[in-house]
Amino acid sequence: MHDLAQQIVSGLATGSIFASMALALVLIYRAMGIINFAQGEMAMFTTYIAWQLVQNGMPMWAAFGATVLVAFVGGVALERLVIRPVERAPQLTVVIVTLGLFTAFNGLAGWFWGFIVKSFPTPFPTSPLQLGGVAFSAQDLGVIVVSLVTLGLISLFFQKTKLGLAMRAAALYPEESRMLGIRVGWMLALGWGLAAVVGAISGIMIAPVVFLDPNMMQTVIVYAFAAAVLGGIESPIGAVVGGLILGVGINLLGTYVDAIGNELRLAAALAVIVVVLMVKPAGLFGRATVQRV
Amino acid sequence: MAPSEGALLEARDLHARYGEIEAIRGVDLTVARGSIVALLGANGAGKTSTLRALTGTIKTTGTVVFAGRTLQRRTPEDAARIGIGHVPEGRGTLSSLSVWENLMLGAYCVSKRASVRARCDRVIGYFPWLAERKHQPAGTLSGGEQQMLAIARALMLEPQLLLLDEPSLGLGPKIVRDIFALLRTINQQDGVSILVAEQNATVALAVADHAYVLETGRVAVSGPSSELAGNDRVRRSYLGY
Repeated sequence: MHDLAQQIVSGLATGSIFASMALALVLIYRAMGIINFAQGEMAMFTTYIAWQLVQNGMPMWAAFGATVLVAFVGGVALERLVIRPVERAPQLTVVIVTLGLFTAFNGLAGWFWGFIVKSFPTPFPTSPLQLGGVAFSAQDLGVIVVSLVTLGLISLFFQKTKLGLAMRAAALYPEESRMLGIRVGWMLALGWGLAAVVGAISGIMIAPVVFLDPNMMQTVIVYAFAAAVLGGIESPIGAVVGGLILGVGINLLGTYVDAIGNELRLAAALAVIVVVLMVKPAGLFGRATVQRV
Repeated sequence: MAPSEGALLEARDLHARYGEIEAIRGVDLTVARGSIVALLGANGAGKTSTLRALTGTIKTTGTVVFAGRTLQRRTPEDAARIGIGHVPEGRGTLSSLSVWENLMLGAYCVSKRASVRARCDRVIGYFPWLAERKHQPAGTLSGGEQQMLAIARALMLEPQLLLLDEPSLGLGPKIVRDIFALLRTINQQDGVSILVAEQNATVALAVADHAYVLETGRVAVSGPSSELAGNDRVRRSYLGY
């Protein structure tokens, strides 16, 4: 039983990372109707910035805050400078641009920091925490708390603030929103900024576990795709729930089903994508699109 | 040309096109401050395009002077910000958002909380049911309710000029009469000038001070509403009743 509880918590920890990355994907998908393939590499790049700040002597949590800020400004700037020129182009063009960003960030990180794997300091205590007689990793619990707080704040922002409301309206009804005086282009840029922030936090949270290297997010982002598809690519709640289900599910499968083990976890995630797309293409929380003709 | 006396909006030589098709070809139009102006004409005459050209929702040329300012590069965002409320064709309902969220977005450009609240009270005075149903998704309202919500939302902006595109579309005669009666009240009590594009000429002429009849993208006839309504030739050739 203890073992199961530990596995579930550890699954929730990775799951909350998948959830965050999936939310970042959903934020941009809802606003632009495209998958940002560079989302993982943006997260990786900002994680390197955090690492560099810590190397330069900044305390971990200060580096965390500074990186979040850099990620926000960087995300907004990326949208304004790189995405905006192709805003009106066909969606495939925008997707190709995000693939370009993917290679650009991967290459830049390798150029600046090298491709050698680095260890990343954990912001949490290293000794386990005893809860109800079971020892849980403080890293896992910390990741869960930070991710859930982040997701909660994002949700509050969208539900309770005027700007969040305007961003939702701009994503769903761009033409109508413009008539109300909302600058839709800037709302899009803010969305990129927020997605970059969520990604940066995920990167910093998972780096102590997967270690720092330019390819660190590539597996994570595949799980995030699976989580977003599972929850419904248009649904922020779905992304979070999908991420948590996937994290726990994959962890339990890998631990208790010998045939899957560590090696086939990623394949299991891909199987989730295929099965969901076949059985319920809108995902758990998505609404099937009804088109009037 | 010097702006006419008392004009809130003055458009000169307005052109607009969708790709190859020229939707309006040199429309001149004036909305006197405090007046209601009707924009009449058959389907495809250019009513919607004229409204869209005024706010820069489509590609357009020509000059538009609003409240003494020439609007050079027109965009719908800027139009809203300088006080032109646009109730578009199809009502522009943000259907998955609640009634309340629709209203609040109407006041997006109003930065003072106190003015938003005052405006809210005023709008709910016109439409008391909005308060009772504020949590309902706007898309679940009936067509007439959505039209009223669209007007309420545009009023949240505290506009000087209200543009309405076919408010009668798809609504029963009683609701249409209510809506036009309400437009007159808003015009008189709040001093909002109104430019309303409408296919239903009878009901529009009944409340408008002045009217323009569009035909294939040009102004065919214009004049005081009473004159147009009383002119048999105009009625037969352009208004179809």
